[in-house]
This record gives sequence, structure tokens and C-alpha cells, in this order.
Amino acid sequence: MALDSFPPFLIRAMLAGIGISFMVAPLGAIVVWRRMAYFGDALAHAGLLGAILAMAWQVQPLVGLVIVALLFCLAFSRLPSNSWLATDTLLGLLAHASLALGMVLLSYISNKTIDIMNLLFGDILTVLPSEILLIYGLLLVVWGVLAKAWSSLLSITVHEELAAVEGIKVKRLNFIFMILLALVVAVAIKMVGILLITALLIMPVAIVRPISITPEGVVIKAMLVAMGAVLLGLFWSYYQDVPTGPAIVCILAASFIGVLFLKRIQPKQTE
Amino acid sequence: MAYEKLVELDKVGYQIANKPILENIGLSIYPKEIVSLIGPNGAGKSTLIKILVGLLTPTQGKVVVQPGITIGYTPQKMQLSAILPLTVSRFLKLVKAKRPLQEVLSELNISDVLLDTMVWNLSGGEWQRVLLARALIQQPDLLVLDEPAQGIDLIGQAALYTLLRHIRDKYQCGILLVSHDLHIVMAGTDRVVCLQQHICCQGHPETVSRDPAFQALFGPIAQDLALYTHRHDHQH
Repeated sequence: MALDSFPPFLIRAMLAGIGISFMVAPLGAIVVWRRMAYFGDALAHAGLLGAILAMAWQVQPLVGLVIVALLFCLAFSRLPSNSWLATDTLLGLLAHASLALGMVLLSYISNKTIDIMNLLFGDILTVLPSEILLIYGLLLVVWGVLAKAWSSLLSITVHEELAAVEGIKVKRLNFIFMILLALVVAVAIKMVGILLITALLIMPVAIVRPISITPEGVVIKAMLVAMGAVLLGLFWSYYQDVPTGPAIVCILAASFIGVLFLKRIQPKQTE
Repeated sequence: MAYEKLVELDKVGYQIANKPILENIGLSIYPKEIVSLIGPNGAGKSTLIKILVGLLTPTQGKVVVQPGITIGYTPQKMQLSAILPLTVSRFLKLVKAKRPLQEVLSELNISDVLLDTMVWNLSGGEWQRVLLARALIQQPDLLVLDEPAQGIDLIGQAALYTLLRHIRDKYQCGILLVSHDLHIVMAGTDRVVCLQQHICCQGHPETVSRDPAFQALFGPIAQDLALYTHRHDHQH
């Protein structure tokens, strides 16, 4: 089938999806290695507040998403940690407070043009050309920062204190990573929605982990897996009219089960 | 210049919620000496190490580190997870090398097989050697080792001290380490620092082993050691 037989909206969605896949794979890898899955999830929940605020201010939803995500990071880094409350408690608190506030605000807004379902499960098929530009702009930023900080991020992942003594500015790097993650989550909400964003971050990495022996191997394979799942999900959604975000996540879940079986048949020295 | 202090702790204290962990610590480390930090569990050894390398800020006193020096650090035994696929070789290449990797590897007897091993598959002793290699390729002026002998048998520990003396001479660096095994500490160290919230005594192993404060802290083992170091010295 020729590419030009696809409607423009599908091509736009494919372009956006490929860009997002290339962002979520490396960040998702670090999220998995550093056990930050719940952080991504919490960020996404707070995103609902952002989208609703954007609607109240009558600006692009993405603007609201980004602003709230950044505020979330700031609040999280300011709250007391590792003392009398555990990190997951703090994250849950922030996430659900923002989510609840968003829903309450929504009821005050008179013109309820917002489609909650789109926010919860994504609406990549309506992606605008300007948003595609933004996705690729952010992709450049993500890869730029990662190229510079990759070794340091790996060192921190292995042992934070060792990295600190070796001169890595751990707190600063953690904050930068949090901001990057917040931006990517805000953008990727368009793709799979608030409820499924964590899946897009962690599932490609989980799928390729049994077949990888280097950190970079994980990232490259996860990028390909994410891209494949996104494209397949888009076709599935286009031809059979299923919601795109959930379709992508179903494909990822099936792939994970597939890899587990492959792994059983042909065990390799990767663990 | 060569004997300038690498690091100096001046009247350093550390408290958590008004409970003193360390009190009035005065300690300097010089180049080309091996200093062993000993003391019972809960004496504050790890806290002192963390203050010295800058991971903790003391609640009293100050830490003066000679500007521009490189500190190599090996943390206590830790649980490495298999979530991140990382070989020893990749782990060592995460830091900027100031010395040829190959040279350090042969000094520490790290084989090619070990290089290709995943970090979480290493034994305690192997992991200590890998951590030491990571510190050495950065050409440290000061090596700080938190319980390097953990998980290593007695013969391995003796070999470790031999290795540390070799490193001290070759790299001309100061070495501070936390240790448990008194016999080996006494035999292989230039200076012993005995910690129990405060520094109860410090000095040459033989002197320390006869110090009443040391004997009070370690009891019968200390008596035994005084004899041991005595005999040991007569062999020379």
C-alpha cells in the first residue's frame, strides 16, 4: 500500500508517533532502571489539571500540560523526602490532589468542550502540524541533554553516592531529568492519554530487557519496539476503529508476553 | 608540599535529631600513608567516611579538602540490581580515565572474563576490586574505602593490604579505610584511628594497641593484639 493513500491525519499521527517513540524509549529506560515508574504516572495524573487549566485560559492544552508538569517537579523537589514520608506517598498526594482539583475546576468552567476521554486515553489522530514540530523540537532537546549526561545518569543509577563523590552533581542532574520527563509526559499524553502514559514509558524497556546486554542496546531496541507498536496501533485504530492509545498498549503487552515465551525457548546470558 | 594534608577534619561533629553520632573529631590524612579506621558497630565509622568525602555536611566543625585533589571512593557492600544490564567493562568506562585502563586491570588482577561479567554477578571480593579499579583509573590523591574487606576471607584480606601498600607507593596517595579485622589492620597499616563517637586514640599500630583507651574498647582482643604486634616487630 502506498503511503499517499493514507489520509493526511494518519500520516501526521504516524510522524508524531515516531517522534514520541524516540523520546519515551531512552527516558523510559532510565525510569525503569531507577524505579521511577510511579513518578511518571503521578506526573501524568497531574497533567489532567494542566489540560483543564489550559482550557480555562483558552490556550493550547499542551501549554497547560507543560506548566503543570513543571510546577509538579518543583513542588516534588521542595517537599520533604526520605524522612517522615515515603516518596510514593508524596507522589500519590501530589498526583491525586492535582487530578481532583482539575475535575473540580472543570465543573466551574461553563463551556465544557473538553473531552475527558481524549485526555485519559489520548487522541493522536487529531495531532496538529504545530504539535508535530513541537514533538521534534523536544526530541532534539531530549537527545541533546541525554548525549551530554548519559554516562553520569548511568553512574547515578548504579550508585548515587559513588557518583556524587566522583564529582557528578547528582541533585542537579536528577532535577534536569525530572524536567525532561515532565516535558515528554506532557507531549506523550496526546499519544496514549494520562492513564496509559506509564505503559508507553516502561513497556518497551521491559520487552527488550531479556534480549539486551548493554544499556544502549536497551534504548535502541526499545525505540524500535515503541515505534513498531505505535505504527501498528495506528493502523489497527484506523482500520477497525478502536481507540489508538489502548491499541498501542495492547500490542506492547502482547509483545511482552511473546518475549517471555521466546526467552523460555532460547535463554541467553542476559541476567 | 608533598606532605601537605589531603584532607583535614577540624572539631567535626554530627548529630541526628540531637543524638550525637560523632563528636569533636580532629583527623588529617596525608599523602603516602594508609590510615585504618576501626571501632565497634555504631561507632560512627561510615558517618565519618561520608563526611570526609563530602556526602554529609557536619553539624559542627569544618572539613578542609586540599583544592584540586581527586578522591577515589569505594562504598560499602551494596546490592546491585539486574534491572540495568551493565558489564564490568562498561561500568569502568563510565568515568573519565586518567590512567590506562589496561594497566590498572593488570595491577588488580582483573581478567577479561571478569570484564565481560554483568556487575550483579560479581562476588563480594570481585566487586571490591572492580570498585577499586574504577577509583584508580581516575588517579586518586586520596582513596577512601568503606569496609573493603567485607566478604573477603582472611587470606584475601592479607592480599588486600599488600595491594593497598603497593597502591600507596605507586600512586603516592593517601588511603583511608574502614576495617573490622584488627589483626590485619595492625599488621598492614601506617596509622590506626580508633573511633567510638569520638577519636579515643590514634597513632602507629603498636602504640595504639597498648593504649588503655584501645584496650578498654576492644577488651581481651586488644591484649592479644598488643602481644601480636610486639612479636611481629621483633621479627624485623
